[in-house]
Amino acid sequence: MPSPQSQQPCEVEVTFTVNGAPRSLRLDTRTTLLDALREHLHLTGSKKGCDHGQCGACTVIVAGRRINSCLTLAVMHDGDAITTIEGLGTPEKLHPLQAAFVRHDGFQCGYCTPGQICSAKAMLDEIAAGIPSHVTTDLSGPLWPSAAELRERMSGNICRCAAYPNIIAAIAEVAADDAAQAA
Amino acid sequence: MKPFTFERAATPEQAVVALARTPGARLIAGGTNLLDLMKLEITAPTHLIDVNHIGLDRIEDTGEGGLRIGALVRNTDCAAHPRVRRDYPVLCRAILAGASGQLRNKATTGGNLLQRTRCPYFYDGNLPCNKRDPGSGCSAREGYSRNHAVVGVSDSCICAFPSDMSVALRLLDAEVEVMRPDTSLRRIAISEFHLAPGESLPIREFALEPGELITAVILPPPPAGRQFYRKVRNRASYAFALVSVAAVVEEDGSGRIALGGIGTIPWRSDAGDAALPRGAAAVAEALFANAAPTEQNRYKLKLAERTIAAVLAAANSG
Repeated sequence: MPSPQSQQPCEVEVTFTVNGAPRSLRLDTRTTLLDALREHLHLTGSKKGCDHGQCGACTVIVAGRRINSCLTLAVMHDGDAITTIEGLGTPEKLHPLQAAFVRHDGFQCGYCTPGQICSAKAMLDEIAAGIPSHVTTDLSGPLWPSAAELRERMSGNICRCAAYPNIIAAIAEVAADDAAQAA
Repeated sequence: MKPFTFERAATPEQAVVALARTPGARLIAGGTNLLDLMKLEITAPTHLIDVNHIGLDRIEDTGEGGLRIGALVRNTDCAAHPRVRRDYPVLCRAILAGASGQLRNKATTGGNLLQRTRCPYFYDGNLPCNKRDPGSGCSAREGYSRNHAVVGVSDSCICAFPSDMSVALRLLDAEVEVMRPDTSLRRIAISEFHLAPGESLPIREFALEPGELITAVILPPPPAGRQFYRKVRNRASYAFALVSVAAVVEEDGSGRIALGGIGTIPWRSDAGDAALPRGAAAVAEALFANAAPTEQNRYKLKLAERTIAAVLAAANSG
């Protein structure tokens, strides 16, 4: 067991860019990126589900990559560019994934939805970048967003309402639109 | 979480110097395992040294035809690297079979090697666990042990080692390069890196000495034969292995085989390799010669044999 500690809380300055805007905070070193976003910057779109990296509700995009914001310290992201659900779309101008989730009923309670959508956005970028997955048959062949690929790649986002079929339908529609535009 | 001070190291040398200088310090890279343990106060460092900005994030060809994977290479990037996909598909497949996309984006090569067990008693501070609290006992022996190890166990601990990546590295005869506190480098064979629990306490899990930093994993040239990684788990994705099989099989049926999910360390033996041409039952018999299952995890012996059979069937299917 760790020895008893008398160490005092330690605060540090952290500066990063959130949804395009530079933000500076003075934070206890123990503050996770998720708590910095929610409790300090009041960007409450990112959700705290399990707080242990198991549910994906806290998923945000850092330097283009989706990560669990509950499993990383804010102080480790000094200088980084962070995108949350608030940076993807607005009620007036929904991101295509947001609009597709509405169209396909990709949620019931909605708690996991911001994480699902941030995850899906970065996940489609991962496919576009040629990053393989567990269900990719040919590791050297081209990739496309089949339903099997989408399901496997979204397994880090849990939906307790089990809206999975509609979530996959929403993401598949956006992926198909992206493919059509690229063609 | 207990309070801690924090610093960001700029070079590997700076990191080991800081580690040696600061009692109670720990290195943090991806943090996906360490932060979880800190939240539960199973681990309580008083100082964190962030090694995410010290370089070591490249994959390079070695002069011998192998690969040098920097310790800070993210699991996603390792699995996606063209040479890993082409020459070491067992490593690519093992990484992709583990965790989630979000976690693989953060988790590093060095950190994955150092994963702590997912034994529920290790995570529950109210119950005995020799790994967390040396001398308190092992709750899993008489408790819930369905996911636990059947080989490499001792009276003090039966927890399974969780890393998929390390099973592939064990198969590939990788070496782990580490920097000592005096900034000199040494290499540890992967077969020596993970330590099975003996009867002595505290339980030592890794061959790292205090103050050492993993700098790279070095792969020898790719082995001849076809490579496989097959993982069996409680759900189709995002779960730890009940059993996993990493194998490389040559035309004549010879090769190598390593198992995950069933051992306290990645499990491979000369006898297991030698038994490959004789089929799954012979391999299982060789690898499980000293198995000590509980009533709850005895099923893993048969499950492993069947998973080996499935891999050999795939190898023979041309």
